[in-house]
Amino acid sequence: MGAMKTENKKSTEAHAYTPGLKVKRAMTVDKTRRLPILGEVLVNLGDNVEHETITARTEISGNPEIVKTSMLLGVEPEDLPLYMLKEVGDNVEEGENLAYYSAFFGLIKKAVASPIDGTIESISDVTGQVILRGKPIPVDIDSYIPGKIVEVLPREGVVVETNAAFIQGIFGIGGESQGRIRMAVGSPSEELTKDLVRPEDKGTVLVGGSMVTMEALKKAVDIGVSCIVVGGVRHGDLTSFTGEEIGVAITGHEEVGITLIVMEGFGKMTMSKRTFDLLRSFEGYNASVNGVTQIRAGVLRPEIIIPHEEVEAQASEEKLAAGMVPGTPVRIIRQPYFGIIGNVVNLPVELQQVDSESRVRVLNVELNDGIIVTVPRANVEIIEE
Amino acid sequence: MTTLRKPTEEMQYILATDVGSTTTKARFFHRKDGEWRFLVAGEAPTTVEAPYEDVTMGVQNAVREVEELTGHRILSPDRSGIVVPYDGESGVDLYCTTSSAGGGLQMMVSGLILSMTAESANRAALGAGAIVMDVIALDDGRQIYQKIQRIRSLRPDMILIAGGTDGGAAAHVIEILELIKAAEPKPRLGIGYQLPIVYAGNKVIRPQVEKLLSEEFALSIVDNIRATLDVENTEPARRAVHELFMEHVMSHAPGYTKLMKWTDVDIMPTPAGEGIAIQLIADTYKENVLGVGLGGATTNVYSVVGERFVRSVSANLGMSYSVTNVMKEAGIGNIMRWLPFDLDEEDVSSRLMNKMIRPTTIPQILEDLIVEHSVAREALRLGLAHHRTIATRLKGIQVERDIASMFDQAMEETYVKMMDIDIIAGTGGLLSHAPRRIQSMFILTDAWQPEGVTKMFQDSVFMMPHLGVLSTVYREAAWNVFDNDCLVRLGTCIAPFGSGKPGEAVMNVELTMPDGEVVEEELDFGEIRRINLSERQEAEVVITPARHFDMGEGPGRSVNRTVMGGVGGLLLDARGRPISLPKEDEARKELLLKWFRALELYPERKLRELM
Repeated sequence: MGAMKTENKKSTEAHAYTPGLKVKRAMTVDKTRRLPILGEVLVNLGDNVEHETITARTEISGNPEIVKTSMLLGVEPEDLPLYMLKEVGDNVEEGENLAYYSAFFGLIKKAVASPIDGTIESISDVTGQVILRGKPIPVDIDSYIPGKIVEVLPREGVVVETNAAFIQGIFGIGGESQGRIRMAVGSPSEELTKDLVRPEDKGTVLVGGSMVTMEALKKAVDIGVSCIVVGGVRHGDLTSFTGEEIGVAITGHEEVGITLIVMEGFGKMTMSKRTFDLLRSFEGYNASVNGVTQIRAGVLRPEIIIPHEEVEAQASEEKLAAGMVPGTPVRIIRQPYFGIIGNVVNLPVELQQVDSESRVRVLNVELNDGIIVTVPRANVEIIEE
Repeated sequence: MTTLRKPTEEMQYILATDVGSTTTKARFFHRKDGEWRFLVAGEAPTTVEAPYEDVTMGVQNAVREVEELTGHRILSPDRSGIVVPYDGESGVDLYCTTSSAGGGLQMMVSGLILSMTAESANRAALGAGAIVMDVIALDDGRQIYQKIQRIRSLRPDMILIAGGTDGGAAAHVIEILELIKAAEPKPRLGIGYQLPIVYAGNKVIRPQVEKLLSEEFALSIVDNIRATLDVENTEPARRAVHELFMEHVMSHAPGYTKLMKWTDVDIMPTPAGEGIAIQLIADTYKENVLGVGLGGATTNVYSVVGERFVRSVSANLGMSYSVTNVMKEAGIGNIMRWLPFDLDEEDVSSRLMNKMIRPTTIPQILEDLIVEHSVAREALRLGLAHHRTIATRLKGIQVERDIASMFDQAMEETYVKMMDIDIIAGTGGLLSHAPRRIQSMFILTDAWQPEGVTKMFQDSVFMMPHLGVLSTVYREAAWNVFDNDCLVRLGTCIAPFGSGKPGEAVMNVELTMPDGEVVEEELDFGEIRRINLSERQEAEVVITPARHFDMGEGPGRSVNRTVMGGVGGLLLDARGRPISLPKEDEARKELLLKWFRALELYPERKLRELM
């Protein structure tokens, strides 16, 4: 069984919705790999692991099966114990009789067989039900990223650490996957169309530009591409592709044969040049990707982790901690300047009225063409450097 | 447990917080000249999740903002809590809080029959402030294995089980218990602690219930929710849910053990606090109230009709996190019908998807604001429709029907009828932040379509939950603040029931204004008009509806009322009920524009630019 929910320790800011997604060339990425219930940890502190290494294992109790035995035998519930061939705790095989009833010197015979292989958990003389428990279901948790075990959580799981590039998307579908990075387009504004998806892209993490078309998505699934990373996607295309309209952004469970990571938003959206260039610089590297998105408290964003040997850069962390100041590079994330990048000029303290007549805290941003615009502070995100 | 450190009459400062899923909101109250007033608000991100995992940090940060704004010290110097009581220089006399952090209270409920005991259990859980994840019943249409799979996949905070009247069905109730036990449900928070179960079913089988469930679950047995079919008694179950919420759920959430020691009153789920606030309005005015908390993720609707209080929560109807779910459930066409200008369907849906993935952004341009207001109408409409499925008459009772009602084909299940609602009250970011108050008044009117004479209120700054929990120990202070600083009087909507043709007379309204001036207004079908009448002013009105229209006293019959003014004034609504928009696109847009302009809903110049 594949890996379950991942928890990020240092790598994401899970405490609150924070505008500003991480695009880091080098950082220490920690991943907590936890079992859903207590079990056994299979690796040791300090072990080096690959992404497919099984780090922990457990068994979930088997599925129960309720057999309305007294009804099937045609006897009163309180008489059921008289006709049971098995007791609580007995193992039974599929087809094996659980209970048997005969009357009129054997002229009437009725038997109830077990529908599964399992164990008798209870026999009720009130409801006449026999509850069987199926065989335990094994659950394995893999490492997801290659790296080193830096912490063992007894009976629960491990923390794996690696040095990697770490890029967060804004929205994704599909769960964890791996693959070699290939740039399918030459620029962040180019669309990823069907003809740019090639048969040799099987198993890759394929990077497009401003948008992926429906045809390209379908072809990528046919070929067996692991993941598509792209600037935007049309809402209508996504709905047709997944087969249902996305209501709330709690995703990752879709079984669509591919992981899709959208970097900017819905519609045609040029991918941030910085993200595009960073991905391009790691073309040919293996990446671990995850489309899981949860936009609620405990926000989870889709991610691309590219392990490598480069040393972690420290400076940017300090800069970010300072928050927004004049000069901070930002991206505007709502109309009328959606997607435009600029630098903060100043942050007036007083509330100001914007076009919609809302009175809000604003900032002034100088766009790349030198024009200065005023936007609500809530409508920008910091571009991390 | 409530332990007040000072008699209420000696109190001078009160602090209340709401630990929300994303933001912790502190509200600071002070008694001046014998009257309680709201002083300032402080807000900070909630710190329930990693890396902080301690809600008290967010509470301290929010309270620190209050300290900075007032210069009044509240936190103890060693950061160990809140200074209580006020010592003449620092501290507060009472601290209380509500909480919905970490997803609030999530419950599964079950009963025997979906429309009877299961429905009562659902109402009890909702009334206690829970989000109900699923309702399991014998007749819920699912196979046993499907129910088991569902229970196994849910991780509720608590389960409420009803079923059977006292001395009634027994074996079937035990069947459900066996099913739940076999599915081995696990609690959401904390590995390895017992999941709380409240049993509020047939009392005769309590020994069997204990035998079955007491070992593996934290079982609590209370009075039957439907001891007889004709009485629903949700109070014992609701109380048990609150106790278990404190004992089991809150104590496993990060930092709550500490927070519980700080508070003087039990921590209450946020919607429960909001519900009490709505009840406070009903209780003070002695009128029927329909209230709504239109949030980013969920929409809570509350009704107080006669003696009955019911809450419903639409967990995935909201204006930010859930905005695309409103689009999914209402359909994009229903959202776009409220737009008086042309926009491409893909454009609108992409905007909403982009709002959902970046939920904290706000509309900068008028076009975006009008799109969001359209979504709000649909979220409110769906929220009320959902509420009506919960606020129903008790089923399973024989209802005497007279000849007249025999002809009334579908006897209405719900008792929430707009003609019986005297007050509408709204809270939530979109309503509170509407640039013009008339916008929230009109959005509520379009969505809920009040009939007759209806007062309309809204929350000024989000503090209904705070005042709700405060009112449980100090009603006077809570109502003082509520009346003075929380409730914004939007005004009164006057709308007859009925339908007609454009140009046809609907009503004559004769108003005696506070200065004695008498104003007469004639309205034709499809018209809406706004009359200025300020907050805390009243006017006497005589409303005479046309022959086919009804103000609550029967078709064509006049009504005399004293009506309340407000920031939106009086809304004379002759659009008929239900409101219907023309099918033809141009006519629809033209009519919407006419309404918008009649109320000066949006800035005219910007509106013209959009056409």
